[in-house]
Amino acid sequence: MGLSQSFFAQRFGITERDLESYLSEALSAGGEYADLYFEYLATTSIGIDEGIVKSATEGVSLGVGVRVIAGERTGYAYSDDLSPEKIRKAARIAAHIARGPATIVKTGFEDAVQHNLYPMFQAPHETGLAERVELVKRADRAARAYDSRVFQVQATYADSLRNVLVATSEGRLSFDRQPMARMSVSALARQGEGAPQHGHSGGGGRVTLDFFEKEKTPEHFAREAARQAIVQLDAIDAPAGEMTVVLGPGWPGILLHEAVGHGLEADFNRKGVSAFSGRIGQQVASPLCTVIDDGTIGSRRGSLNVDDEGMPTQKNVLIENGVLRGYLQDKLSSRLTRNNSTGSGRRESYQHIPMPRMTNTYMLAGESDPAEIVKSVEKGLYCATFSGGQVDITSGNFVFSATESYLIENGKITRPVRGASLIGNGPEALKYVSMVGNDLLLDEGIGVCGKEGQSVPVGVGIPTLKIDKMTVGGTAQ
Amino acid sequence: MNELETLAADAVARAIKAGATDAECTIMESEEFSAAVRMREVESLKEAGSRGAGIRVLVGKRGGSSYTSDLTPEGIATMVRGAMDLAKITSEDPFADLPDPLDLGARTEDMQLFDPAIEEMETEWKIAQAKRAEEAAFAADKRIENSEGASFDSYTGRRVFANSRGFVGSYRTSSCGLSVSPVAKQNGSMERDYWYTSARAAAKLEDAEAVGKMAAERALRRLNPRKIATQKAPILFEPRTARSLLGDLFDAVNGGAIYRHASFLAGKLGQKIGADALTIIDDPTLPGLFGTCPFDDEGVLSRRTVVIENGVLKSYLLNSYSARKLGLKTTGSASRGITGNAGVGPGNFYIEAGQRSAEDLLKGINAGLLVTELIGGEANTVTGDFSSGAAGLWIENGEVAYPVSEITIAGNLMRMWMDVEIGSDLEFRGSIAAPTLLIGEMTISGQ
Repeated sequence: MGLSQSFFAQRFGITERDLESYLSEALSAGGEYADLYFEYLATTSIGIDEGIVKSATEGVSLGVGVRVIAGERTGYAYSDDLSPEKIRKAARIAAHIARGPATIVKTGFEDAVQHNLYPMFQAPHETGLAERVELVKRADRAARAYDSRVFQVQATYADSLRNVLVATSEGRLSFDRQPMARMSVSALARQGEGAPQHGHSGGGGRVTLDFFEKEKTPEHFAREAARQAIVQLDAIDAPAGEMTVVLGPGWPGILLHEAVGHGLEADFNRKGVSAFSGRIGQQVASPLCTVIDDGTIGSRRGSLNVDDEGMPTQKNVLIENGVLRGYLQDKLSSRLTRNNSTGSGRRESYQHIPMPRMTNTYMLAGESDPAEIVKSVEKGLYCATFSGGQVDITSGNFVFSATESYLIENGKITRPVRGASLIGNGPEALKYVSMVGNDLLLDEGIGVCGKEGQSVPVGVGIPTLKIDKMTVGGTAQ
Repeated sequence: MNELETLAADAVARAIKAGATDAECTIMESEEFSAAVRMREVESLKEAGSRGAGIRVLVGKRGGSSYTSDLTPEGIATMVRGAMDLAKITSEDPFADLPDPLDLGARTEDMQLFDPAIEEMETEWKIAQAKRAEEAAFAADKRIENSEGASFDSYTGRRVFANSRGFVGSYRTSSCGLSVSPVAKQNGSMERDYWYTSARAAAKLEDAEAVGKMAAERALRRLNPRKIATQKAPILFEPRTARSLLGDLFDAVNGGAIYRHASFLAGKLGQKIGADALTIIDDPTLPGLFGTCPFDDEGVLSRRTVVIENGVLKSYLLNSYSARKLGLKTTGSASRGITGNAGVGPGNFYIEAGQRSAEDLLKGINAGLLVTELIGGEANTVTGDFSSGAAGLWIENGEVAYPVSEITIAGNLMRMWMDVEIGSDLEFRGSIAAPTLLIGEMTISGQ
C-alpha cells in the first residue's frame, strides 16, 4: 500500500512531502534519527451490571508524536491537532534535544515489508451496536444460569480500531490498521447467608465481533467466571511456605512475563540494572525451558504487523534449553548496543516514547503428560488461574497472584484454596522446572502489561509446568 | 464563563436540543513536561499539551456516552450524536439520573490547586534539579555506582464541567515532582529503590539533594537480603506501604462495591470494623493537596466525610448513583476520566495520626518485619483476603537487624484493621495518605 491509499492521506491529506518537511524540522538542530507516529483510535465499550445495560461509550482520539534521537538522548513532543503548523511546532520542540547543525533527511520513502496477521473482514465500526449489546446480555444470562448461587454479574465488551502511520528519517514508511476486541465477565456467588466469592474471566484479541459469535462465545466466558466464583465457595486457607507448584497451561504463563520477560528488555540491560544484565549465554533456567517472545502469531492480543517504531515484529528466542539467548530490542537500545531491532519497540499512544516491550511470551511444549505431572507431586499446589503479577527487575524478585488453585495431595488435585501470591527470583525460579507438559496453551487474550506508566496489550502461554520449589503466600502453616 | 466553560455548556445545550432529558459534559486540557537524566546526562525531554471533551446523555432512564479530542464545532456535534445513538441501545435503569440540584456547587475559597510558578520554570532549572538529586545519590555511598536515573515532571491542566441542571464550573491544577532511582551493588547483590517529592506548588518541593540521599539510603539498606522462615509475626508498614493498605480499604468503602455486595464491608454501617484508634477521613477541602477539588466529577460540592471513627464504620464514599442505589446521600466522591458513568474516587483519604512515633512502634517489636516495599499481590475486596510480595527489614529486640526479601505477607483485612496501632507520622504524598501502621500479626511466607 502506498501512502496515498493510507488512512492518513485520505482522511487528512498527508503527503510524502509533508512527512519529509516534519522530519527535517525535527532534525533541524541535528540528531541522528527522527520519527513520526500518527495515530487515530476509535473505541466502543458496552457494559451490563445487575442485568441492566448501564453503560455505552464511544469515542475518538488522534494525534501525532515526534521523536528525535541524538546519541543516548531522546526529544519528544506530540500534538492532538494534525494541522501542519501544530506538527511543525511539536517537531521544533522535539528538536531541542540536539544541539548542532541540521541533519539532512533523505528524500523519498520505502514502504516497509510487513505481516498481515489480522485481516479484518468486518471492521468494528461496520457492525451494529445492537449486536454488541446482545453479547453482554448473553454473558449476563449465561453466568446467572450456570448456578443459582450466582447473584451478581458484570460484563463488558470493548473494541477498538487503531490506524497508525510511522515515518522515519531513514526513509521507512509503515501503515497499520490494528483491531482489538475484548470481553470480560465477573460474577459473585453466595451460599445461603455466607460470604460472597468472586470469579472473573475474559478474552479476545486482534479480532472483530464475529470472533465472539464463532470462536469464543459470551457463554464461554460467563460460565468460566461463574465456575470460578462457585469453586471459591468451598475454598480453604491457602498454604504458606516453600513447596512444589504445578502451573496449569495458558494464562499462568504470566510466570514467564514476570520472571524473565521484563528482565530481558534491552533498555534495562543496556543500563546494567536488570538481574539478567550481562548473562547472555548463561544457564538461567532448567534445560527443559525454551522461552519465545513472538509478535507474529495471527490475531493474538500481543501481535502486531509492525511495532510502534514501524519495524516488522519477529519471533524472538529469549531462552533456549535454559540458556539465555537474547534481549528484546527497540530502536534506541539496538542503536546504542549495535544490535538489530527485534521489532519490540512499543508505546501506549502517540503521547508516549517507545520502549522495548514483550508481545506474546510463551514456553515451548515439553514431553510430559499433564496428568503424570500432577501424579508425581506428593504435596503441593496446583494453580489454574492468576489475576496479575509484578517484578522488581533489579533484584529479579517477581510476584504473581493465583486466584484459582488447589492442594495437591498424594498425586491428586484435592481441595480449592483461597487466593494467594507466589514469589520467586527471576534468574533462579526456572532452574527448578522439573517437568514440562506437552499441552502448550496460549491465554485467552486479557493481558495488559504496565511499564513506566505505559500500558500495552500482551499475550502469554505455557504448557503445564512443575516447579520443584516456589514460595506460596497463604496463611495456613 | 471562560471559553471552555462556554464550550461545555453549549455541548450540554446541543444534547438537550437533540432530545436528551439530561446531559453532562467534561472538558480537560493539560500541558505536560518531563526531563529524565541518567548517569549525569540528559536522557530525554518531553513536552506537549492535549485537550479532550466527553459527554454523557440521559434519554429518559437510558444513558449514552462519548468523547473526542476534536473540539471544533463539527467534532462536538459528532460527539453529541454518538452519545445520543448509544442511548438508544442501553437499558432503562430506574436509578439513572444526575445529582439532586441541591447537592451541586463549587467551593469558593482558594483551594491552592494551581501555582503559576510551575508554568514559569525554566527547562534548564528542571534538568538541574534532576541532576542534583542523582548526584546526591551517587555521593551518598560508593556502592551507588549505577542508576535508573532521575526525572523532573511538571503538569498544568484545567478541568471543566457543565450539566443540564444548571451547573457550570472549572478549576485549574498544577503539579511538579522529582524522583530518583539509584542502584546499589555489593558482593553480587544488586538492589534498587526510589524516593520522590511532589507538590501542587513549586515552593513546596523538598530539596533535591535530600531526595537523592534518601533514595540512596533506601537502596543501600536493601543490600544482601535474607529470606526468612515462614512464620506469624507483627508487621510494621512504613507510610509508603501503609498507603497501599489504605488504598485497599478505600476499595472496600467504595459505594459501587457496596451496592453490588462486592465488599467485605457491605452492610456493616454503624458496626465496629477497626481498632479504637482507627479514624479515617476523606477530605477534598484541605487546601493544596493531590485529592483536593472544589467539586466532584459530577458537579457536587466537595465536603469532608468521616468514614471510620474510633473503629466504627460511619459512612461509605458515594457518588450520586451509588447513593440512590443505597438510599443514602452522595458524599461528593464522583470520579471519572472524561466521559462515561461516574465511578467513586478518593478526595484526600487519610488515617488520622496517632500518638506514637514510628521509632517508638519499632522499639516495641521483639521479632517482626518492617515492610518497605509491597510488590504484586492484591487484596480481594469481596472477602478481605490480602496476600502480597514484600521486601523490608527484620526487626529484633526493637532494632533493625538485616534486610529481607523474596517473601510474602498475608492476612485478612478485617482482622488486620482490628489489630492495628497508628503512628504519628502522617504526611500527604498523594490523595491517599497513611502514617506508619503496626499490624499485630500476619503470616510471613519464606523458606
